[in-house]
Amino acid sequence: MSATRDVTDKRLTARQYADNFADIKPPLDTHQAAVESDRCYFCYDAPCTTACPTHIDIPSFIYKIRSGNLVGSARNILAENIFGAMCARVCPVEDLCEGACVRNTAEDKPVAIGLLQRHATDALLASGEVLFARAPTSGKRVAVVGGGPAGLSCAHRLAMLGHDVSVFEARRKLGGLNEYGIARYKVLDDIAQREVDWLLSIGGITARTGQRVGVDIQLAQLRRDFDAVFLAFGLGAVNALGISDENVPGVFDAVRYIEDLRQACDLSSLPVGRRVIVIGGGMTAIDIAVQTRQLGADEVTLLYRRGPEQMGASGYERELAQSHGVNVRFWSRPRRLVLRDGEAVGVEIERTELVDGKLVATGRTQVLAADMLFKAIGQTLVPDALDDSAREILDTKAGKLRVDENRRTSLAGVWAGGDCVGVSKDLTVAAVQDGKLAAIDIDRTLRA
Amino acid sequence: MTTRIDLTSTIAGIRSPNPFWLASAPPTDKEYNVVRAFEAGWGGVVWKTLGDDPPIVNVNGPRYGAWWSGDRRVMGFNNIELISDRAFDTNIAEITRVKAAWPDRAMVVSVMFPLDEQVWRKRLAQIEATGADGIEINLGCPHGMSERGMGSAMGQQPDLIEQVTRMAKAATTLPVIVKLTPNVTNILPAALAAKRGGADAVSLINTINSIMSVNLDAMAPEPTIDGKGSHGGYCGEAVRPIALHMVGEIGRFADTRGLPVSAIGGITRWRDAAEFMALGAQNVQVCTAAMVYGFKIVDDMIEGLAQWMQSKGYARLDDFIGHALPKLTDWKFLNLNYVTKAHIDQDLCIKCGRCYIACEDTSHQAISASKNGERHFEVKDDECVGCNLCVEVCPVENCLTMVPMQAGTDPRTGRAIAHDHADWTTHPNNVMACESVETVVKK
Repeated sequence: MSATRDVTDKRLTARQYADNFADIKPPLDTHQAAVESDRCYFCYDAPCTTACPTHIDIPSFIYKIRSGNLVGSARNILAENIFGAMCARVCPVEDLCEGACVRNTAEDKPVAIGLLQRHATDALLASGEVLFARAPTSGKRVAVVGGGPAGLSCAHRLAMLGHDVSVFEARRKLGGLNEYGIARYKVLDDIAQREVDWLLSIGGITARTGQRVGVDIQLAQLRRDFDAVFLAFGLGAVNALGISDENVPGVFDAVRYIEDLRQACDLSSLPVGRRVIVIGGGMTAIDIAVQTRQLGADEVTLLYRRGPEQMGASGYERELAQSHGVNVRFWSRPRRLVLRDGEAVGVEIERTELVDGKLVATGRTQVLAADMLFKAIGQTLVPDALDDSAREILDTKAGKLRVDENRRTSLAGVWAGGDCVGVSKDLTVAAVQDGKLAAIDIDRTLRA
Repeated sequence: MTTRIDLTSTIAGIRSPNPFWLASAPPTDKEYNVVRAFEAGWGGVVWKTLGDDPPIVNVNGPRYGAWWSGDRRVMGFNNIELISDRAFDTNIAEITRVKAAWPDRAMVVSVMFPLDEQVWRKRLAQIEATGADGIEINLGCPHGMSERGMGSAMGQQPDLIEQVTRMAKAATTLPVIVKLTPNVTNILPAALAAKRGGADAVSLINTINSIMSVNLDAMAPEPTIDGKGSHGGYCGEAVRPIALHMVGEIGRFADTRGLPVSAIGGITRWRDAAEFMALGAQNVQVCTAAMVYGFKIVDDMIEGLAQWMQSKGYARLDDFIGHALPKLTDWKFLNLNYVTKAHIDQDLCIKCGRCYIACEDTSHQAISASKNGERHFEVKDDECVGCNLCVEVCPVENCLTMVPMQAGTDPRTGRAIAHDHADWTTHPNNVMACESVETVVKK
């Protein structure tokens, strides 16, 4: 407990915690799924499929829900996206499949593709059916660095194709951001681990958790010991605000806090401020803002230096924040922290505006008090895993690894994907596609 | 100035304040239901079929089966219920009371008796004494009763239809309506037989032989009674097109034309009724829709029909009954010079591509799917045969339409659009000598 800041755990009753972190989008029951699936027009060359980064055959999986063929439906989904259950929960569908649905044109209401995908994949996971078989063994071994969506997607596809895969994961559990990121109310019932367990049940994948490449084992070693390496270690450091003395008590890293939220057995053990300020405009910013509200913060203010149009978080996420009582302030950037006794107790913000397309400060300032200040302005790649022989694949300007369209780096035998590469948006679904494409190219290369 | 709409209906001399009757079925099984129906506004009822004593018995397991849309709307329905399972006198007493209380409503009593003149004479006299307005002979029930030589077993044999109709006519002075079964390949012999027997009207269709569904766990047809199922009578919206056809046939053929028809078959909304009446029906009978939604639906039927009639300037039902009949013809008389092309309204198109894939996979490859690399659907007039498939699969109303070519050359055939009528009877490819004069009903 701080003397100057009101930060405490147990702000709510057990019942309130349970209610506040219940499923934010409850699943469809069988009848709802039948009604919703009946709305799908089964479009030719469907725009939703085109909009999906993994190109799931969405009309076919929905048709199969309608016919009661849930296993077949899940096969359509998982054949393209092995993290179909998680993506059904966390994809910004309004920007992807549902945003492309022709029902938007007809009646402003897309088919609930995300919920239908969840319906099919949840049923499949509940059944425990393995679904995919491994090809005869190739005798080839592939190392995957990072056990998140990109790494495991690659590992699963490689295992299917007959290769043996070792996944090196620095943390205790596999799953990456599916396990350690993401708002808690989107991923109930340990879905992230259940999906990983199901995915591993195909066989041929050895998980080596607690192994940090660059520390416990070197990349050069992996390149010697394996026929190919796929790098998917994500991003590490949280970006700095770029204002002085931000490493003081009272300033928190949103990513770390969300991790604690995901891993906490007892939410009442998490201390939360009475007045919370979140700085950032992406999904992480929304996730921390809404979740601190749900943990009992009285006032949560989200500061974003640009307007709603530029915000990384989708319209749905923005509405989520607003409907949960988060005060979203656009065109506001932090100028300096307000310190008392060496702790941050507030922030001076400055209004910004666009002048000829450039963001400029207006000089109009205001001080906001805060008991907790969260940084949620993105993460930066930490290239610890890259030894000297591999530095060349780092695009220092972009702060990402450089790959071609097959997710191949310039280093022989090394592919990369997920958040540590700069190919596409930092979405789970994009990471899954990276892993899939890399696996296909690795397979092609190993068999050449 | 609004027209005063008169919905009064008369068929075979039976009057009712509107043309919406409840068909002989569970909704008209007893006084309680029929009173509720009259309170709701139904113009008449055909009381559920009376049989001779002792009454029949029904199964005590499920009697109904259904086919549902995605949101569980009943599209098709079937039943294995038999005729009234109550004592003859019980029904008679109730009919008497209801008719006395509701003199302005049509009260027709459905009957099914074996071919025994004594029975007909006795029972029809009792019915006549109730004050009922007419009787309807049930020659359509396709399950159970047919196994005992009645219902559709009679209705499928024109000579029996004629015989039983004659028997009924001889036994009563009431108007006799003969209810026909659709479980025949051609409805006309049955209608003709009824006419020969002296029927004052026919009603159709009764239900169609059907197996609603098969339970794949139990490996048994549904509805399943203690592990087994039997075929039942199919009805509901799904059967409406079949009923429309049969009603139309009776209306357009010279020998049956003029035989009053009470139309039955999937009538759910006022529009359905108007369509049957446009094909010559004097009134309509409803069952499934009432069983699915309750009696209140008659409110929309009455109001909707009146609104529509007003919008068309029809003051009475006779102003439009049969008006579509002259346009019901044989294929061979359809104008082969009439050329239509599908047209996509790009402003309405939501780009689902259903028209494209339907045409591409199963028809004439007459729709393109892209333009300048963009998703864009357009009809290729030089391939379009005017089949209408794209219109039927398009989810947006009026987005795809069939546009008649008024002039110029059909780019598909290279032939100039001709304005004269040319049909199969005169076509050079027709090697058969055909009659060249169309026979149509002139109302």
